[in-house]
Amino acid sequence: MEPINWHSVFFMLFSLVACGFSLAVVLTSNIVRMAFYLVIALAATSGLFFLAGADFVGAMQIMIYVGGTLVLLIFGVMLTAKGPFINMKTAAGEWILATIVGGSLFVVLLSAATNVPSWQALDERPAEAQVTATRLGMALMGARVDALEEADPVTRRGLSGYLLPFEIVSVHLLVVLIGAAYLARPKKRARGSADSL
Amino acid sequence: MAEFLRNYISPDWLAYAIAAFIQAFLLVNLVAVGALVFIWLERKVSGRIQDRLGPTRVGGKFGWLQTLADGIKLVTKEDLMPAGADGMLFKLAPYVSFCASYAAYLALPLANDWVSARLNVAVFFIIAVLGLEVFGVILAGYASASKWSLFGAMREAAQVVSYEVPLGMCVVVPVLIAGTMDLVTIGQMQSGLFINWFVFHDPFTFITFWVYFTCATASVNRAPFDLAEAESELVAGFHTEYSGLRWSIFFMAEYGSMFAVSGLAAILFFGGWNGPFPITHWLGLADSSNPLAHYVANFLGMVNMMGKCIFGVTFMMWVRWTLPRLRIDQVMTTCLKYCTPIAAVAFLGAVLWTYAFPGGLLIPTNYGPVREGQMLLEPYPPTAYNEAPPSGIAQASTTHERGERGTD
Repeated sequence: MEPINWHSVFFMLFSLVACGFSLAVVLTSNIVRMAFYLVIALAATSGLFFLAGADFVGAMQIMIYVGGTLVLLIFGVMLTAKGPFINMKTAAGEWILATIVGGSLFVVLLSAATNVPSWQALDERPAEAQVTATRLGMALMGARVDALEEADPVTRRGLSGYLLPFEIVSVHLLVVLIGAAYLARPKKRARGSADSL
Repeated sequence: MAEFLRNYISPDWLAYAIAAFIQAFLLVNLVAVGALVFIWLERKVSGRIQDRLGPTRVGGKFGWLQTLADGIKLVTKEDLMPAGADGMLFKLAPYVSFCASYAAYLALPLANDWVSARLNVAVFFIIAVLGLEVFGVILAGYASASKWSLFGAMREAAQVVSYEVPLGMCVVVPVLIAGTMDLVTIGQMQSGLFINWFVFHDPFTFITFWVYFTCATASVNRAPFDLAEAESELVAGFHTEYSGLRWSIFFMAEYGSMFAVSGLAAILFFGGWNGPFPITHWLGLADSSNPLAHYVANFLGMVNMMGKCIFGVTFMMWVRWTLPRLRIDQVMTTCLKYCTPIAAVAFLGAVLWTYAFPGGLLIPTNYGPVREGQMLLEPYPPTAYNEAPPSGIAQASTTHERGERGTD
């Protein structure tokens, strides 16, 4: 009996779930159901990451996309909806536009994906050593482990870690947070106590 | 186990499928039987705290079978669904919660060699997956088409999203000391006497543990943080409209995640499957090559781990029946004004402490079989610790120097 390649079986399973529920996201008109389908599609994508041995990215996918983004999405839906179980009616023109935009993006991505030579026959390539998150974490703290494997000293100097970009992004996010809190705060009246008298 | 079965069962796929099925079956049983026992325990604990006896009749002296009787009652209940509800989401919501709670057990080691999927980022995985439980609650609240449910769901969402911040910060502290997110390695590093447990590593980890436990209680939606189901205000919150088995699946998920966060606390702070005294090492069971002795050592480790988890869950019950429920603003104050700053300070303190006293303050702590410097760059999964030290040590030291120069 031919041995089953479990990797391929689970890959097909997860990708089928992801594709099917992504289509469901597009086709349904109920926003909360849409969010639910999106959760399943994103979770299946994280399953693909786990299958590829990228545990860290998979867990990140669950944490950020499935957890954070969807909770925010549901907040948005719940706080903006005027009635219960709102349905979004899509006009025919919107369907045509969306099909053109989405279809052209799909064609571009498909041609790009099929043209990468190293992606074409994944089954025949030997399994590589499992990649851990340690290198990424150390690189974020400024130590590039992969610099040791770089022979050329000029290139090696370029591998300087991601500490500075990481800090810049963090400070940027902090500024955005403070700005949002500033904009959302209740406006002080100029003469609050005088008005109330 | 899959490798073991392969020797006896001829098609490989069948062996793997059976191995996967057995593990999944054992874990489902752990969650379900755990919920049965904990519901009984909750009744007993609450009864004793309120100067009552709790269940006494069903199944003998202590009311052992009370939960089973409850279960039979729940099965025979009418399965109701509000007329205005969104049927599909209403029916699916309990299972979403349960799946999230159950998935956390995939990466939770029960003993040194007993873990169904050893992940390199197990801590992160468990935190991420447990955070998904809120999604089922939100769906339930929304799909019920009831205002009580919606209020409960909104409170739950706000609470869980806020408490993930200090929870994540607390979890980072033991990860920082261990230098890995692999729960098995973290557990192994705390073997030996109980002074090796991370909770006794330095004063900051001791503080961190309490903050972690507060945040974990809040994130699994237990009193005094059970605003989502506040009986006196919201009837029953997000599960107002549920009855019968669907309702009980929510509770199975709740008790499952209580057990999971207690297990995480046990491994991160209290040595996991390592008892206060390394008896299995003294008896030579853990290091023995005899498979039976190894099995016994693992079994004792599991008993240790279970004992710690049950203690954690009992502690949560004690808290629940002692403290009154907080208001929503008090919940937010506790999170943002107390837990988050304390966690941040403890994190900073733990960093400085490990920097100032790398070998421990008074007693030089010898962290298990993982040697210093080796743990950072060890190829995963770590090859047997008993073998000759790999070349990783030399590599690690050069990387440290490079890292310091790089940051300058």
